[in-house]
Parts: sequence; C-alpha cells; structure tokens
Amino acid sequence: MESYLFPFDNLLCMLLGISFTVWFTLLLVFIIVPAVFGVSFGIRRLYMNTLLKIFEWATLRMERGAKEKNQQLYKPYSNGIIAKEPASLEQEIQEMRRSGSGLGGAEFDMSDIFYFCRRGVESIVDDEVTKRFTAEELESWNLLTRSNYNFHHISTRLTVLWGLGVLIRYGILLPLRYSGGVVTVLCFSGRMKSFLSEKVHLMCYRICVRALTAIITYHDSENKPKNGGICVANHTSPIDVIILASDGCYAMVGQVHGGLMGVIQRAMVKACPHIWFERSEVKDRHLVAKRLSDHVADKSKLPILIFPEGTCINNTSVMMFKKGSFEIGCTVYPVAIKYDPRFGEAFWNSSKFGMVNYLLHMMSSWAIVCSVWYLPPMSREEGEDAVQFANRVKAAIARKGGLADLLWDGGLKREKVKEVFKEEQQKLYSKVLVGGEED
Amino acid sequence: RWRLFSDLLYKHNFSEIIQRASKIFVSHSQITRLYSRFHSLDKGENGALSREDFQRIPELAINPLGDRIINAFFPEGEDQVNFRGFMRTLAHFRPVEDNEKNKDPSAGEPLNSRNNKLLFAFRLYDLDRDDKISRDELLQVLRMMVGVNISDEQLGSIADRTIQEADTNGDMCISFSEFIKVLEKVDVEQKMSIRFLH
Repeated sequence: MESYLFPFDNLLCMLLGISFTVWFTLLLVFIIVPAVFGVSFGIRRLYMNTLLKIFEWATLRMERGAKEKNQQLYKPYSNGIIAKEPASLEQEIQEMRRSGSGLGGAEFDMSDIFYFCRRGVESIVDDEVTKRFTAEELESWNLLTRSNYNFHHISTRLTVLWGLGVLIRYGILLPLRYSGGVVTVLCFSGRMKSFLSEKVHLMCYRICVRALTAIITYHDSENKPKNGGICVANHTSPIDVIILASDGCYAMVGQVHGGLMGVIQRAMVKACPHIWFERSEVKDRHLVAKRLSDHVADKSKLPILIFPEGTCINNTSVMMFKKGSFEIGCTVYPVAIKYDPRFGEAFWNSSKFGMVNYLLHMMSSWAIVCSVWYLPPMSREEGEDAVQFANRVKAAIARKGGLADLLWDGGLKREKVKEVFKEEQQKLYSKVLVGGEED
Repeated sequence: RWRLFSDLLYKHNFSEIIQRASKIFVSHSQITRLYSRFHSLDKGENGALSREDFQRIPELAINPLGDRIINAFFPEGEDQVNFRGFMRTLAHFRPVEDNEKNKDPSAGEPLNSRNNKLLFAFRLYDLDRDDKISRDELLQVLRMMVGVNISDEQLGSIADRTIQEADTNGDMCISFSEFIKVLEKVDVEQKMSIRFLH
C-alpha cells in the first residue's frame, strides 16, 4: 500500500509547493512591491483593453446567433424606454383645455384626469427612481453570468470562452485578491500601530486597490481636499472609501458597525483619528454637527470624507444630498466617482446581497475600473441656504461624472415617499382650478 | 438568489407568453421590456403584482390619483395581477397609429381605441363601477385631486356645474355616452397614449 502512495505523495507535494511559490511570487511582484513604492507596470491597462476587445467580440457573436434564429436580442436601454413630456402640470392641463373646449383657464374640465392618468401609467412603465437601486444593465455582455439576459443565444465558442473566464476569475483572480485583502488587514492591525504614518496608511490602501485589480484614473489632482475641509462624493459601494483613501488621507465618519465592518472600523481607528458614532448618537443631529465642526476647525486634522446621499446608488445618477454636512460652513471639496460597469458591477445592492456576497462578486469580477474627478472647492454663498448649497454641489458632481441629477431621496430605497410631495401636486392642481375662477 | 432574468424567461415559457401577448402588444421588444419591468416590480417573485408593489413607485405614490390608477389594474375583488392582466391594462395606452400594423378583422375593437381609452378614464371617476358618475363620486375624485386646498362648498359648486353641463337626460349623473359627448373635441388619442422609444 505504502509503495503506491509514495510517488503520488511526492508528486502532490511538489505540485503544491510549486503552485504556492508561483502564487506567492505573483502576490509579491504584482501587488505588494508596486504598492509599497507607488509605481505601476501598466499591465492593468493592457488587461483592460484586451478584455474590452473580447467583450465586443462576444456581443457580436450573440447578435449573429440571434439573427440566425430570426429572433431579437434583448437590448437594455438606460436612457428610458418611453417618451416623456417635460411640460409642467399647469402647462399640460391648460393646453388640453384649450384644444378641447377652446376655453383656456376654465374652472374644471373632465379631461383634466387624463394628465394624472397618463403620468401615473408612464411611471408604472418606467420611473426615474426604482431603477437606481438595482445594478445598471449593460449593452454588451461582459462574460459574467450575472449580467446576461440573452442566455439562449450563446454559441459553443462563447461558452468555452465563458468557461475560461470562470476559471481565471475564480481560480486566479479570486485567491489573489483574497490573500491581498488578508495582507492589508494584517497591516492595519495592532502590530503596526506605533509606526503608522501617512505613508504607511497610503501603502495599505494601495495594496488593497491592486489586490482588487482596481484601475483608477484620478483627474484634476490639484483640487485634492486639504485639511480643515469636508470632502463629499457620490456613493456607489463601500469600495469608494478605498478608492479615495488610496490617493489621500481622510478622516471617516460613520456609524459603528458590528461584524466584519466593525473589525475593519476598529482597525482603521488605530491608524488615524476617525469619527465614529454610536447608533443612538446618529439621531441627535446637533451632536453630529458639533463633532464635525470641531474636527473641521482644527486645521491639523485630516479632511472629513462624507457621502451625503446616505446610501448606495447604482452610479447612473446622483440623488438628494442630505443637508447636514452642508450646514457646517466650511470649504467643501466635491469629488465625482464614476465606475465603468463593463468590467464588474461595483454597486452594492444591500437589500439583495449581504456584505460577504458582495465581496465575492467584487473579487470574482474582471476588474474595477473607475474615474475620479476632484472638483474645485466650493463654499456656501451669501443668501444661500444649506439645501441650495447642497443642490449646487450635487449638480456640479453630476455634471462632471456624467450622471443624472435627481431630486429624489436615496432613502426611497427602503422607505415610502413622504406625503408632502403628493400634497405639493394637489396644491399645484388646485391653483389651476382656483386660478381659472379669478378670470 | 443569483437568479437570472433570462432564467425566468425560460421557466415561464416566454415564447408562449410572447405568442399570446402579441395579440395585445404587437412588438416583441415592447413585450420583453414590459416583462422586464413587471419582473422588477414583482419583489415577491411570485409572478403577480400586488397593490403594494405599485405603491413602491415614488412617482406613482405622489400622484393624487395614484390609488385609482392602481385599482384599474385589478379586476373586481382581486388582489393580484399577472403579466397578462398587466399588459392588457397597459395596452389601453398604446398609440392609435400602432393599430395599422395589426389588421386582424376578427380581433374586435382594440383595447387602445378612442372609445376604450375614454372608458378607462370614465372608470377612474366611477368608483362603484355602476356605469355612471354620481355627484358623490365626482366630489370624491375631485377631493383626491385638490387635497385640502379647496373648501367643500367651492368643490361642491364645481361638481354641480360639471354635472349640469354634461347631464343630458336629467338623472343628475354622468353616463358613459354623456361623458363621450363632453369630451368629443379633446384629442384623447394623444393625451392617453404612451410612446415607446424603441
């Protein structure tokens, strides 16, 4: 018996040894060393361009396959699927009355109902809000099962390619990223506490970034946030933090979490003074505002990083900014972050996937490609209140990142819309009725 | 949990759905888009929508007549609407031009004819589904549309005036034929249509 096992044993050990060495070398050479010295080999860009060519080819093949079967490919369109008129309530109703009875400004017309009816049904077919809380649909397939809608149009060649993709992503990229992540957590933990300076802090985040195969382009770095200010950015995923923090040092604000997030939070606190709140403290807005102002007033402290949307949005739009951080009265440094969804969906749909599931998705996608724009600093102007200031900053971020600028609250992901908005609509319509009477 | 949209397309025999659906909505791409929308609204993933699923749409929730519109999707006494019902109701809003493509003489009056569009609107007013709009019903719908901003007396006089103008047979209610007469000059086809971009 033993004589049988012996050669296999040897072979097995040898194979394990070799693969371990290879994998460890890869880890060192591609992730740790460049992160420490802050250099880049340019390999990731090459990887990115190759992937794009492959995706285009895959989509063409699927289109061909669909044509052969005389069917149509399902093509998602993110710009809306129906034509909507931008006219206001008043405009449309008056127009309708004029064309109908020839009397504009009449008191009430039975045709008024058409306006509400059509608007209502339009929102049932396609609305601006609910689609922001699920991952964006892609126009070409990126060889990930999770983003495919035309499964039955895949040929054998495509299936092989997809299989290869699965092997690469789960066999090579995932373990590499996982170990990179472990190294980062080790770096952050107690041992390094006394030596941690800004440089080491940056290095740790850079390891994380390389481990995730994140290809980030920073624009306008001359506008990078400085001490004594607040940095605001649009929020898509927890990775936003890693992306920003690998290019500068920030103080984080947030709730104390339990579980995996809590461990990471506690590790980060040892590095720099962050501002963590207990759940009960979060409700007390004055307390929050006071602590933030105190931090900002101290010029030696790092700029605070805040995501005013309050929740993750799917990176096709920017939703309402909560006014809290804009009331403090210091310089605001807006930052726009736009992910390229072709390489992996960065959006965290927290109602569908937990943190662990999300990390698995992240680590097994092709790459995380994004652009970060640092916008020029803004301050509140004379006669502008916090809400207007927040909207101004939001508009600037939306414009730069090519995102839709929405007034809706990101909190609608989980909560119902407030009655006050319905009351506004009712008020508008009442004006049309009563205004007509005064004629 | 990583269920694919395409999985569902297969499971629920999508080609069959398209076949039957193409009598209601001619274009395959529109049917697919509506199915995708239906699926995204169906949070419980049970193949049917409830009223709560509709109320989750913020733009519909702030519409003063939101509840009446939602009601139009549900047949008498039912709490769930399946994809077929969803499409049948939405078909009322197809533009009239679309009918050129579907010249099936045996099909009967299409759901998106002028008459049927008017009937849809009539039913929004007719709360108890007795085929006439009483003063009470008109008042209730008006109240929904204006909220608290107009007094009872003013609203009452608006309702009285409207019924007076429309009522031709003296029963103090508006029947469907009276409704049609009042709106004969309005471009119903345009105002009650939704155009797909693709």
